[in-house]
Amino acid sequence: MKYLQLVVANLGRHKLRTVLTVASVALALFLFASLRSVTTTMAAAAQFGGARRLVTLNATGLVFPLPLAYGNRIKALPGVTGLSWANWFGGRYGDGKNFFANFAVDAESYLALYPEIVMPADQKQAFVQDRTGAIIGDRLISQFGWKLGQNVTLQGTIFPGDWTFKVDGVYHPTDPAIGDNVLIFHHDYFDERIGRAGIAGWYIVEIDDPSRAPAIAKTIDDLFRNSSSPTKTGTEREFQASFATMWGNVSFLMSTIGLAVVFAILLVTANAMMMSARERTGEIAVLKTVGFSDKLLFTLVMVEAGAMALTGAAIGLGGATLLYPAIHFNGAGFLPGFKVATSTLIFGALVALGLMLASGLVPALRAARLPVVQALRKVE
Amino acid sequence: MALVEIRDVYKSFQRDTQKIDVFTGLTLDIEAGSFTALMGPSGSGKSTLLNLIAGLDKPTRGSVTVGGAQVSAMSPGQLAAWRASNIGFVFQSFNLLPVLTAYQNVELPLLLTRLSGKERIERVKLALDVVGLADRADHYPRQLSGGQEQRTAIARAIVADPTVMLLDEPTGQLDAKSSQEVLALLQRLNNEFKKTIIIVTHDAHAAERSKTTLHLEKGDLIEKPRAMAGAAR
Repeated sequence: MKYLQLVVANLGRHKLRTVLTVASVALALFLFASLRSVTTTMAAAAQFGGARRLVTLNATGLVFPLPLAYGNRIKALPGVTGLSWANWFGGRYGDGKNFFANFAVDAESYLALYPEIVMPADQKQAFVQDRTGAIIGDRLISQFGWKLGQNVTLQGTIFPGDWTFKVDGVYHPTDPAIGDNVLIFHHDYFDERIGRAGIAGWYIVEIDDPSRAPAIAKTIDDLFRNSSSPTKTGTEREFQASFATMWGNVSFLMSTIGLAVVFAILLVTANAMMMSARERTGEIAVLKTVGFSDKLLFTLVMVEAGAMALTGAAIGLGGATLLYPAIHFNGAGFLPGFKVATSTLIFGALVALGLMLASGLVPALRAARLPVVQALRKVE
Repeated sequence: MALVEIRDVYKSFQRDTQKIDVFTGLTLDIEAGSFTALMGPSGSGKSTLLNLIAGLDKPTRGSVTVGGAQVSAMSPGQLAAWRASNIGFVFQSFNLLPVLTAYQNVELPLLLTRLSGKERIERVKLALDVVGLADRADHYPRQLSGGQEQRTAIARAIVADPTVMLLDEPTGQLDAKSSQEVLALLQRLNNEFKKTIIIVTHDAHAAERSKTTLHLEKGDLIEKPRAMAGAAR
């Protein structure tokens, strides 16, 4: 502790340089945490999904619908205990800058299959009974300042026109991967407006035994193999993972950019530390003359590097951890439950530690090994 | 037994391909409580001798003993610890740390001791008081005059109550008035506090204040001091 004044004094020698170095470390680790959080959030989303829920899609792709008539045939299969269906809507609100997910569902069966969607019983009842009603995630409600009972109008993009829904319920998801910024409305109303009844975007199939999921999925797909719309069935987790794999290269790109940024900052910090140590060659020689040992000087220079790296890390990682929940960031609806994971904080702290070692080691060794007489000759 | 014993010391430097011999068998004793001035032309080996006594440099051959401790045989770690409690070094260009106040500069050697915070405060205040800078404790070096800076450096050199004070041309960058003040202070430290002082100087006034003057030329002592017990080659 008694050497603290020396470390603090040295850090304050060039205040602007110290502040800029700390700021650059903070920015690097903020970016690192942010970019890594994109990949961890996507990975977490891929882990979402009840073990007892399967998803059946058109084998050609998600954008192709399935006949609604498939529902009864799937429901009749052994091991299937529940069924619902949904359709992607893709409506836009206002100027469209604040995108959020919205889709049509068969209300009663959908809510029965998703106990993670929690809302007051009266609101749930009101929604089930109101064909033009909608339930909306609590974050979306607070984001736009909507009130229960008011009308919200979306502009259809895939299905043109103005679509007005009455806010019947505000839900809160117990699993962040469900998303608290989704608008869900009735499939009946959707069918009626587009004038094309009898189609479903995808089916959600509840089964009695998760261990039978592969067999039941195969049975479903076999059932429609020779039809005009063959299906592809998998667990809900696989369905989520398929979205995540679409981002595969983006994840790699983000990880690479994150590490490249940290490496660039490492060079800046190392340069600042070396410059600082080089400027103090004479002072280090004086301290050695006074009796400071090589080991002590090595430690002091390392502590200086550590103070800068760790302060920057605390600001960068702490900032990212606090900022995103505060602004309810969700990547325009594509990254529900976005947050900086503990593993990212640990990884970031290790990066900061590495930064400290890499930027402090050379100047610290140089200080420790400085030949006093030659250094003093230069000073004197 | 003399406080500083230099026995048959050889010291040479390698400059490019050329070997330069500074000392070729120097033998010298300096008594405790003495005030010794080392004089001589540039390159005569005055500063090298000071560095050898301080343990900042090692002789090529021979031994340097200070207060019974054979400095020339110590490891770098031992030397650092030994210097902290036995040597007070003052430079020509003061060499105060610009980011520390006068108080903090003087406290530096005490950080290496096991003294408590309270004891350190008392020691630093005493040292600053002795050099007449008690009222400048919170000033940074840039806020002090050259003479005041050198007196702060002297306070730093005496604060740990070292065995010997080594001063390398301490008046070299001072005006006449400041030089006299510094020399008077050194004389007082020697007379009143019985500090052993070895000063390298070109200044005849400084030499006048010393009790013993040694003249070095090309690494040889050309004048034997009264206080010298040994012989120079």
